[in-house]
Amino acid sequence: MTRRALLVGGAAAAGTALLGTLPSLVQAQGSPTPSSVARQRPLGEPTSAISARSSFEQPARTPTGQVTGASLSPLQEFSGTITPTDLHFERHHSGVPSINPADYELLVHGLVDRPTVFTLADLKRLPSTTRTYFLECSGNGRTAYRSPKRELTPQLIDGLTSNAEWTGVPLTTVLSEIGVKPGAGWMLAEGGDAALLSRSIPLEKAMDDALLVYAQNGEALRPAAGYPVRLLLPGWEGNTNVKWLRRLKLIAQPNMSRDETSKYTDPLPNGTARQFSFVMDVKSIITYPAHPVRLGRHEWVQIAGIAWSGRGKVTRVDVSTDGGATWIAAELQKPILSKAHTRFTRMWRWTGEPATLLSRATDETGATQPTLVKFHEKRGQGTDYHFNHIRGWVVEQDGLVVYQVDA
Amino acid sequence: MTGLIRLTLIAAVLLLGVACRSDQQTVARYGVGRPATPADIAAWNIDVNPSGEGLPAGRGTAEEGARVFAASCAGCHGARGEGLPAAPALVGREPREGFPFGESLKYVRTVGNYWPYATTLYDYINRTMPATAPGSLTPDEIYAVVAWILAQNDIIPPTAVIDAASLPKVRMPARDRFVPDDRQGGAAFR
Repeated sequence: MTRRALLVGGAAAAGTALLGTLPSLVQAQGSPTPSSVARQRPLGEPTSAISARSSFEQPARTPTGQVTGASLSPLQEFSGTITPTDLHFERHHSGVPSINPADYELLVHGLVDRPTVFTLADLKRLPSTTRTYFLECSGNGRTAYRSPKRELTPQLIDGLTSNAEWTGVPLTTVLSEIGVKPGAGWMLAEGGDAALLSRSIPLEKAMDDALLVYAQNGEALRPAAGYPVRLLLPGWEGNTNVKWLRRLKLIAQPNMSRDETSKYTDPLPNGTARQFSFVMDVKSIITYPAHPVRLGRHEWVQIAGIAWSGRGKVTRVDVSTDGGATWIAAELQKPILSKAHTRFTRMWRWTGEPATLLSRATDETGATQPTLVKFHEKRGQGTDYHFNHIRGWVVEQDGLVVYQVDA
Repeated sequence: MTGLIRLTLIAAVLLLGVACRSDQQTVARYGVGRPATPADIAAWNIDVNPSGEGLPAGRGTAEEGARVFAASCAGCHGARGEGLPAAPALVGREPREGFPFGESLKYVRTVGNYWPYATTLYDYINRTMPATAPGSLTPDEIYAVVAWILAQNDIIPPTAVIDAASLPKVRMPARDRFVPDDRQGGAAFR
């Protein structure tokens, strides 16, 4: 073991030494030789237990807040649709707990025939399913709505959405294990973090596509994602996807917990507040070109971004380069999955004139993103969640792309 | 002959169907998990609902609550519950008329002007507060601090006793402001 470690270390050191001599070789030859055609090639790095990113790629989340906080996902760094697990956004209210899977237990009780305690091993014995879904904090976009700035990036605007492959047990399987009694209309879901965060979930959703997941992108959930088990409610606002799930209680009426009354309700201009507004509306954002990219004149640009809807599949994304005067359909990369990020692209040549780039997604229910003006009129300045208005990027005379502050 | 082939095909399809079903046995119940005992349930079952179900024995008044608030809450929420950068305001009834929170950000949302149910206070403080030491307050202390917050908001008299019987009866000013979600997808933006 020690000998092997020495050998591996030696190989790494040798590799570093060779790399170290490379620039002088290049200089000696007089003209720089691209490494791809260099005659002499240094040995590469040895095999490793954990694959690290290229040192030339440094995508990172933007952590904000201390214990109560969020880390925003760097949307502008991504290709395709799956969010790398270590870059998935996180949001929690009282810190990330450390839970030993051997000690993990989930109580399912209330209006049930057989109150039951499940261990992680119990849940893994049940038939599993694997599905790809986005998760989005319902407050995603608040900064851009409340205090828009030219310097906002896709990450700072909408970094509280991510998309992953989830594996776990359909909640219906667990509910048939315990037997739901007549009269149950809701289910209280409670986390095992310091906040013991709780939300009341309508039983219809529990019986529809809800999952108890223990894996994300092929491996155990990360602690910040709810290790070892979280609730996953496809298309529903992030906080209802209760992490570190410790209890499900079948109940007749909602509990009116803090996070469904004081928070996560939507005051409207008509003097009411919308409650239990679970579904995330259809939405999209162009992630390239976006601030702080600077375009070159007369260059072809691949406009690219992501679109998603909590109500099903994205059916089209229209892109405008003239601030909404004209729209063209973008290409949607397949497969298009229900309640999942969908990537759109559109080739465009920037002539050097000022331009404003917009994207507008439509979902299979026919819902489409409103303009900022329309959103403001319907939801009001004081609304707190579900900001799905069209976002814009202005290409300035010098090619600098900035967030559109005034629509 | 054709008939025979058809029969054979049907038989093969049926056999295949049986084979597929036997690949993954689907049953109504797998009997996984252990029965939860009354002790298990008692330990986990902490939630409180608007009818008062789940509220424990105990009691408190605003006067007692003032001491609890000063010791455990004021550091983040401010001495009068006015809110600090660390934690939101808890006290404030403005505006006394209307519910203009959707229109503007002029008014700060508080327990007094925004929370629809008083029982939520007990449930939330019990499960999450104080933020630096959740679970550290006794039922009497929680009832007392709930009484203090309600009294500071002019919702109950300063002398009122808050307990499992009285808390569900407290009517919050914002009680009728909440409406179900009317968004349904489709072309109409709501």
